[in-house]
Amino acid sequence: MTDKMSDGLKTGLEREAGTSERQPSNAESRWQDAALKPTLEGAPERKEVFTTLSGVLVERLYTPSDLADFDYARDLGDPGEYPFTRGIHSTMYRGRVWTMRQFSGFGSPQDTNQRLHYLLKQGQTGLSIAFDLPTLMGYDSDHVLAEGEVGKCGVAVSSLADMETLLAGLPLEQVTTSMTINSPAAIIWAMYLAVAEKSGADLKKISGTTQNDILKEYIAQKEYIFPPKPSMRLVVDTIVYGAKEVPRWNPISISGYHIREAGSTAAQELAFTLRDGLEYVEWVMRGGMAVDEFAPRLSFFFNAHNDLFEEVAKYRAARRVWARVMRERLGAQNPRSWLCRFHTQTAGCSLTAQQPYNNVVRTTIQALAAVLGGTQSLHTNSLDEAFALPTEEAVTIALRTQQVIAHESGITNTVDPLAGSYFVEKLTRETEQACYRYFDKIDALGGMVAAIEKGFPQKEIHDAAYAYQQAVERKQAVIVGVNDFVTEEERPITILVIDENVARRQRQKLEQLRKQRDNSRVQAALEALGSAAATDANLMPYILESVRAYATLGEMCDVLRRVFGTYEEPAFR
Amino acid sequence: MTDKRIRVLVAKPGLDGHDRGAKIVARALRDAGMEVIYTGLRQTPEMIVNAALQEDVDAIGISILSGAHRTIVPRICELLRGESLEDVLLLVGGIVPDEDIPELKKAGVSEVFQPGASTVQIVDFIRAHVRAVTSDK
Repeated sequence: MTDKMSDGLKTGLEREAGTSERQPSNAESRWQDAALKPTLEGAPERKEVFTTLSGVLVERLYTPSDLADFDYARDLGDPGEYPFTRGIHSTMYRGRVWTMRQFSGFGSPQDTNQRLHYLLKQGQTGLSIAFDLPTLMGYDSDHVLAEGEVGKCGVAVSSLADMETLLAGLPLEQVTTSMTINSPAAIIWAMYLAVAEKSGADLKKISGTTQNDILKEYIAQKEYIFPPKPSMRLVVDTIVYGAKEVPRWNPISISGYHIREAGSTAAQELAFTLRDGLEYVEWVMRGGMAVDEFAPRLSFFFNAHNDLFEEVAKYRAARRVWARVMRERLGAQNPRSWLCRFHTQTAGCSLTAQQPYNNVVRTTIQALAAVLGGTQSLHTNSLDEAFALPTEEAVTIALRTQQVIAHESGITNTVDPLAGSYFVEKLTRETEQACYRYFDKIDALGGMVAAIEKGFPQKEIHDAAYAYQQAVERKQAVIVGVNDFVTEEERPITILVIDENVARRQRQKLEQLRKQRDNSRVQAALEALGSAAATDANLMPYILESVRAYATLGEMCDVLRRVFGTYEEPAFR
Repeated sequence: MTDKRIRVLVAKPGLDGHDRGAKIVARALRDAGMEVIYTGLRQTPEMIVNAALQEDVDAIGISILSGAHRTIVPRICELLRGESLEDVLLLVGGIVPDEDIPELKKAGVSEVFQPGASTVQIVDFIRAHVRAVTSDK
């Protein structure tokens, strides 16, 4: 019955989660007879079945009987203590509010450098850099496939010279910088390290994050270059190199964000992300490094969607599951290895082109979820991002949204304020259980790399995305301004247009670079990189030398493409 | 004669890999009884037009979210004309600002589906405008 009613929103394992039978207490049964039944007879509810945005069944009422076997110490623990359900710090935002980190990057390195300086001046506390598609795919700005894409979805960076411009004047020992780069992450990170070195910063002191999460590229965002195995080797090399040489750097940000954007449910986002995390840990351990030597620097990145309680439950479950699997499954002893530290970004896929000012409200709800869920850093999307990269004005409103939550709402006054809510604790547990069920499935397929090669997570996500689209089209799911409350008059908003001259200037800059650099040093460095790639040596020193010689991103990736080959995903049928 | 199925090529040009929309549209067209060929990611305009020719399709759906439509779509139109495929229905879906639509239509695009469009609209549009097959319905 319930299954049939909400089928449009339910997929796979979550269908099971929704059908658990409640055992009402005597008091609750009395209430049902005395109060509920007469009410329902007079006024039926709006829907027969209520679900979360992901399609998980939501009961009318949650009571102590939902938490019959709940154990505070085992299930929650105090904040800063195992299993960290209540947060990774004992004081959370009373000590320090989350890092406000707006993702930004567009046009030329100069354009983005100016935006980064602007954001720091507005009170932003961390930097986050977006790269354009050619950079993400390992092509220089002057490559034929870069045509029409240079500087469009992020900043164009083809060589150390571009990175020098991008970071000019930024205090690299003081700010933490996050870089959203995956397939060529090792190369872009090497460029950042080379700039830091040149500016006299101590590599033992600088801190930041490279996303460097290739598994979710195969699963969701699809910006992959090489096949999974050599890609995993590059990730392992950066984690190992970072642990030794750049100890405060987070070498990877294991990301559910893109999985959710591709249409997954909340539980799928959580399960695939944490299972990706386990995969990385296992690969590094197989390479010979002990878990506690690198696990404390692993970090995560989640989405914040519209369903507030579902999202809060997801973050709380994330901490609990990660702590348990790190300690019990992988034998980590250092409590820092058990911590699921994460960045959150509000859901880009929830933004509407219709009535775009409503997006400020959506983003506020999503940001609240992230904060109530105990995030370490947060990006809030701008109201115009259903159209293009945001204008400076739109970004400022998005940043102000975080500042209002931090300083006016009162939410930051106490740790984990939703703990003990019958609903939130129940939902946290259901999300956790759904996550473990996916772990079992993926383990049975031979791990995440094998599951990806079989197309398993891709198919699960596509099915959830299609089910959601159908629910929207049948108006089972309402999107204000899109399939309900539609208005004819749309207020035009100003959007950011990237000047085509960016591409021309980037091409000129590269032409000059190729003339002026020491090309014999470049050749020697690239040859050494190619030879090392064919062995199992750590590639970071070879990449660093190529970067310092001003070899371009495209040249380095071409060498690796030659040695590793490229990847095509299994056909979609 | 009446059971000739509409053949649609769903294509994802450019370097972007966000294929949620392309795959949802492909599946919706299939569920509506059309034959769908999905190209996969990172297709050049040449590859797309070549596939349209080989597969003898009635319509092409292009999914672009990166802003590269201004460069890529006119190039596809030009190549289609070169192959005398102007009668193939060309649709664009994704993040395309209003002000770019007139130019795309002038270049040969029949319709642009922006964020919030439903798969039903797309199916209906193809059925109503596709060459020859319309008379069968």
